[in-house]
Amino acid sequence: MRKFAILVLAALAACARQPAPVHYFADGRPERLSDWNVLVDDGGMLRLNAGVVPYDLNTPLFSDYAHKLRTVWLPAGAAAKYTDAGSFDFPVGTIITKTFYYPLAGGVRDGKSVARSYDTAHDFTRGALDKQHVRLVETRVLVRREHGWDALPYVWNAAQTEAELARTGDEFALELVADDGAREPFTYVVPNENQCAGCHVADLKTKAIAPIGPKARHLNRDFAYVDGRENQLARWSRLGILAGAPEPAAAPRNAVWNDAAEPLAARARAYLDVNCGHCHNPAGPANTTALFLDASVPADRHLGLCKPPVAAGRGTGDHLFDIVPGKPDESILPYRMASHEPGVMMPEQGRNTTHVEGLALIRDWIAAWPGDCRG
Amino acid sequence: MRQWTIPAASLALAACSQDNAPQGLSAADAAFQKQLQEQLLDAKPGSVIEIPAGMHRLDRVLTLRANGVTLRGAGSDKSILSFKDEVSGPEGMLVYANDFTAEHFAIEDTKGDGLKINDGENVTIRDVRVAWTGGPKTTNGAYGIYPVKCANVLIEDSASVGASDAGIYVGQSKNVIVRRNRAESNVAGIEIENTIGADVYENTATGNTGGILVFNMPNLSQPGHSTRVFKNRVMRNNLGNFAAKGAAVASVPAGSGVVVNSNSKVEIFDNDIADNQTANLIISAYFSTNYYNKPGIDPNYDPYPRAINIYDNRFAGGGDSPDGLDLKTLKVAMFGLNGRFPDIVWDGYRDEKNLVDGKPPADERLCVRNGDAQVLDADGPHKYDNPRLLDKAEVGCDLPRLPPVEIPGKA
Repeated sequence: MRKFAILVLAALAACARQPAPVHYFADGRPERLSDWNVLVDDGGMLRLNAGVVPYDLNTPLFSDYAHKLRTVWLPAGAAAKYTDAGSFDFPVGTIITKTFYYPLAGGVRDGKSVARSYDTAHDFTRGALDKQHVRLVETRVLVRREHGWDALPYVWNAAQTEAELARTGDEFALELVADDGAREPFTYVVPNENQCAGCHVADLKTKAIAPIGPKARHLNRDFAYVDGRENQLARWSRLGILAGAPEPAAAPRNAVWNDAAEPLAARARAYLDVNCGHCHNPAGPANTTALFLDASVPADRHLGLCKPPVAAGRGTGDHLFDIVPGKPDESILPYRMASHEPGVMMPEQGRNTTHVEGLALIRDWIAAWPGDCRG
Repeated sequence: MRQWTIPAASLALAACSQDNAPQGLSAADAAFQKQLQEQLLDAKPGSVIEIPAGMHRLDRVLTLRANGVTLRGAGSDKSILSFKDEVSGPEGMLVYANDFTAEHFAIEDTKGDGLKINDGENVTIRDVRVAWTGGPKTTNGAYGIYPVKCANVLIEDSASVGASDAGIYVGQSKNVIVRRNRAESNVAGIEIENTIGADVYENTATGNTGGILVFNMPNLSQPGHSTRVFKNRVMRNNLGNFAAKGAAVASVPAGSGVVVNSNSKVEIFDNDIADNQTANLIISAYFSTNYYNKPGIDPNYDPYPRAINIYDNRFAGGGDSPDGLDLKTLKVAMFGLNGRFPDIVWDGYRDEKNLVDGKPPADERLCVRNGDAQVLDADGPHKYDNPRLLDKAEVGCDLPRLPPVEIPGKA
């Protein structure tokens, strides 16, 4: 009953129009997402607390077709330091959240059906996420503390009223429902804390956790803020939460993977960069393979051109090289992207379905590549 | 605001029964998995995490990132972690940590590698069994016990059965001892790859496609050298190669005892190597793997085996039924239908740029002082056109002995 009383008190407190400010916990692992006060549930609308800034990436990580609401909050007066290549250097006290959710399929809330959709109509717009149109799955929190970043996974409950700490991760049986009604059952897997580090440790030697999204090349795009569209780097600079950024035109920018107006190779490289580059980079955990897929790598054997695999096991799919120019059907890279079987699929974690559209992009890119692996 | 209060309250009560238990695991197994992963998350230097006896079913990879942790079971036949129904992996256990010890338990039927340790210093694997229980299959995980980019690695009294690539696979590591292990029914029993300083001894490799492999692959962080293979039993490694094409070991012919590919400073002595039907001992260059191509291979990669020292092994049988049409044809042409390859088969690739009076420099030669054992130069560079047995004078050289590997704190 104590739990009940506390919740009621919390609810009463929430009735005051001003929600309590964002709460930075310098240590420990708060049990509930709401303890952080970053996302505020306002009568079925998930709003951002004062000072919390939403953002998007040019090309995001694929996560089983989940839609994502990303936010960043910095302590008053503090700013992240800009850098061209890596993640910005955020000050102690920074809280980054990423909420994974799905539009409901045909408006039906049956606990498992979710839309397989790029329709953003019910995404975060006009400053809020309308919960009645979506299934919230998880919110991952990255918090910058004195010793570095900590990663905390929170899982939304069935009633969609709270997300609770799930250090060891979680699993849900969901079904993707396409526009034509086709259903694809899959297991949605929430990573455990160590698996968070599996992607967020980009440098094996320092073993330091770091954000992946907030890099210049991912953020350099417009966002539809409540008060109008604005380039995110410009906005962050103007808000004073980012220091040292050049004009957006002078900053690196990844292509938007599904914008057909952009060059095919740029879209493919942007896709590989954000989906693979956090492990497949010269300092990352997949440097054991000598296959590097981050944005900085030249398009030669380092990127997989005619490169024999090292430790792919059956992940080769009976193919000899990572990328055979002009031959997506003979290349290992798309073979592993097409699979959603552990032991074959890449990335190894973070998805249990095939990203059909992303796969098509990479296949098109390989198909357009001239040359061969002879000689 | 009212909307918030009521669902929150009812939810708080409902939450007690809302567990989202993993599909397919019993409640007890799901609780065990959660608890074990929690212990791994909370582990600190000095932590000893016990795996009780019993068959524990898990469906997610176990992950460890804390240094100084020991994971200890009640015996590799008693404490069993089964990943038959693995949903999220692909490994059984994935370790990014130093000073790690795993002992006395088993990992079975993972979708990917069994136990992978990436970038760790001071790694001890003792009496750990990794097995795929459905027999050798291409769909089995690639590697059983798999330290990569590690330093000071001791793997002892352990076993791997059924890996679709290599059972015990040490990659890109330094200072390694692999001893008293058992490797069976894998494609490669034991493989030392791009590793500097490895002692491989008193192991038993039987019933694999290839018994013990010492390889160097291109493009990697370091070329390997200085491996000693001694006092092992390498018998009857005649299992049909079941690796997926493109995997490095897919090029290993069934019936290979000990294989050195593109590696250097390898000393092979005092082993019992018998009844491996392609050849008891194979020395080869990367060109024989069919993966060589210019754009995909680092131009600085050295594809030749150099400084290979073979002596005082006990060979018996073998060479009588080589795998693959080229080798079969060669065997019949040279030694007849009922004949056999000699104990040592060299593919014949040599670094022509490096020859002095037609010979490699003294410190880069293939040296064989092994009783009556003969060496075949298969003439791979000319499609086996002009193969010949080397006479003892050609290969009777010696090379400086490699120093034993010593791991600080381990006898």
